[in-house]
Amino acid sequence: MSIFDKFSDPELCKAVLDAIHRELDGELRFMEVCGTHTVAIFRSGLRSMLPPGVVHLSGPGCPVCVTHESEVGMYMDLAGRDGVIVATFGDLVRVPGPGGTCLKDAMAQGARVAVVYSPFDALTLARENPQATVVFLGIGFETTAPTVAATLQAARAAGVGNFQVLSFHKLVPPALRALLGDPELNLHALVMPGHVSTIIGLEPYRFIAEDFHLPAAITGFDPLDILQSLLDIVRQRKEGRAEVVNLYRRAVQDLGNPKAVAVMESVFTPADALWRGIGMIPGSGLALRPEYEAFDAQKTLGLTMAEAKPIPGCRCGDVLRGKLTPDRCPLFAKACTPAKPVGPCMVSTEGSCAAYYKYQLEM
Amino acid sequence: MDATHILLDYGSGGKASQRLISELFLRHFDNPVLARMDDAAFLDIQGPLAMSTDSFVVDPVFFPGGNIGSLAVHGTVNDVAMLGARPLYLSCAFILEEGFELEKLERIVQAMGQAARDAGVSIVTGDTKVVPRGMADKIFINTTGVGTMLVAEHPSGHRAAPGDAVLVSGTMGDHGLAILAQREGLAFETPVLSDSTALNGLTERLLLEVGDIHVLRDPTRGGLATTLNEIAGQSGVGIELDEGAIPVTPAVRSGCAFLGLDPLYLANEGKLICILPEAKAEAALALLHADPKGAGARRVGTVAAANPGKVVLRTALGGKRLLNMLEGEQLPRIC
Repeated sequence: MSIFDKFSDPELCKAVLDAIHRELDGELRFMEVCGTHTVAIFRSGLRSMLPPGVVHLSGPGCPVCVTHESEVGMYMDLAGRDGVIVATFGDLVRVPGPGGTCLKDAMAQGARVAVVYSPFDALTLARENPQATVVFLGIGFETTAPTVAATLQAARAAGVGNFQVLSFHKLVPPALRALLGDPELNLHALVMPGHVSTIIGLEPYRFIAEDFHLPAAITGFDPLDILQSLLDIVRQRKEGRAEVVNLYRRAVQDLGNPKAVAVMESVFTPADALWRGIGMIPGSGLALRPEYEAFDAQKTLGLTMAEAKPIPGCRCGDVLRGKLTPDRCPLFAKACTPAKPVGPCMVSTEGSCAAYYKYQLEM
Repeated sequence: MDATHILLDYGSGGKASQRLISELFLRHFDNPVLARMDDAAFLDIQGPLAMSTDSFVVDPVFFPGGNIGSLAVHGTVNDVAMLGARPLYLSCAFILEEGFELEKLERIVQAMGQAARDAGVSIVTGDTKVVPRGMADKIFINTTGVGTMLVAEHPSGHRAAPGDAVLVSGTMGDHGLAILAQREGLAFETPVLSDSTALNGLTERLLLEVGDIHVLRDPTRGGLATTLNEIAGQSGVGIELDEGAIPVTPAVRSGCAFLGLDPLYLANEGKLICILPEAKAEAALALLHADPKGAGARRVGTVAAANPGKVVLRTALGGKRLLNMLEGEQLPRIC
């Protein structure tokens, strides 16, 4: 058995699960911030094995889900413009815009949309299509932003003038602060995002313990990681502690990845950003610095953000704020399915509505 | 032929078309029925028959482990075989894009001829059309197959019964990941090869030597998860799968983890699902294991009366979750 297999070893997992059953002292309402955790919890079948007192809520950590309706509206306006190729990660092509259509529909109507695996692929696309303007949709958290920043550095160094980025990047700590400040949020602990933490480390989360007195554990995506984080927060609560702990040391250093942060900060600067279901959160987005203005699609292409009305009946916002489980949304599995998603939480593979629909046996 | 690329002339029906047929297709598909060059193939066969058709538009046309030509033969041979028939004859129709390299066409046709001989079928009729550049993507191939039924009560997606064992003939997801990796230029530490192959030899032996096979299916697009959901729906039964028993190569597993994909939804082109009474399961596994094409066969689950129409996965940890049908295509994730 390799070291990596141990993180899904059934015997080890069972031992930690037994400890959770033994040590749980009352109801534990925990939110996992990250969409990859959401899927990992469902896929591994952990949900069905946790004690009934453990209430699992999904947070705002799916980058597709939190992309605001107005942001979707902006890139939908861009798709189909003469001479523009929209380059995007695959998750986004099925997110319906304010008019109900998505990039897949736009592609069918002739828009040039390229699904890429890396922003560097989008830069290559720009080099191969000098007559077109390639606009990469910069969506994602601290995990994704450094690579996009590095791509912009490369584009600037090589003088690739037809490569642009539409930056809707978002930052996790300001969103968590906004979320935890909601007096209606009834939470006991947080499971923190492993991928984002590899970049920013542990320090930016200290306020969770210090200002909100909630235990929080950074962890990985294997079942044993998740179970250990739950056991840790059960114990913290039992002992009256509230700390932010790093249980993902094989990937996350307490100080994060300073080099990646430096690259990100050299290209982007914090800006106010719109979050679906939450609204405007000060300093929670990333705008391009003035020296990268020539690569800022919003400026060079004169894009403006129109106010988009929320989708009628869609409760994705409440799901993202931990106020509603997906199965309690009136549209869930009726008007809103992965085949015809109404809201983004059903679109993204990391969305909690899609996870409920896909994995939940009993509803 | 003097030209190096497909010209519109090759689809004209005139002399250029004749040259393409005689110098390429007839040479690689050589058999007496095709050689007569009548408007249709004369086939002296007795029913009942099974028939299936499929169009192949795979991109890239050459991939590790095969190409669009061998795939077009394997795909249709397997579809006919899964109904419990012995595939005998194939038709093949080509739609070629003007400018497609003749050398590549020859490699594809050669692979088709070889795949057909290996599977024991003859390509007896065909068609070639050439469309202007940009009107098709290089080459599309349609194949139709006919075969004679081997058993009176043939396997069908409607025949899964509670208590039946669910077997697969080998690892899942190899073809789907091989195509994706090639298309996107992704290199994995261990190269992933397509499993494209004809399974009619295996199915014939399962039907005649083990017998009472309730369901045979090849889990192509949508993979194991989607195919089992179709069977659960057709038969009105539940299927309980044991995640730990489903064979997936380490290379496919790690490639999928990297890309955020699930191997259970990836296409296979050389694997089958066999559902049969519990009492026959050991014999079927022994037969599969004795053949290189079934060497990795495993029992992966059981048909149940509970949860009709659903596939339930018992995870490696012992938890249970739904294994739903694939909606749309799997897309690479952001983070």
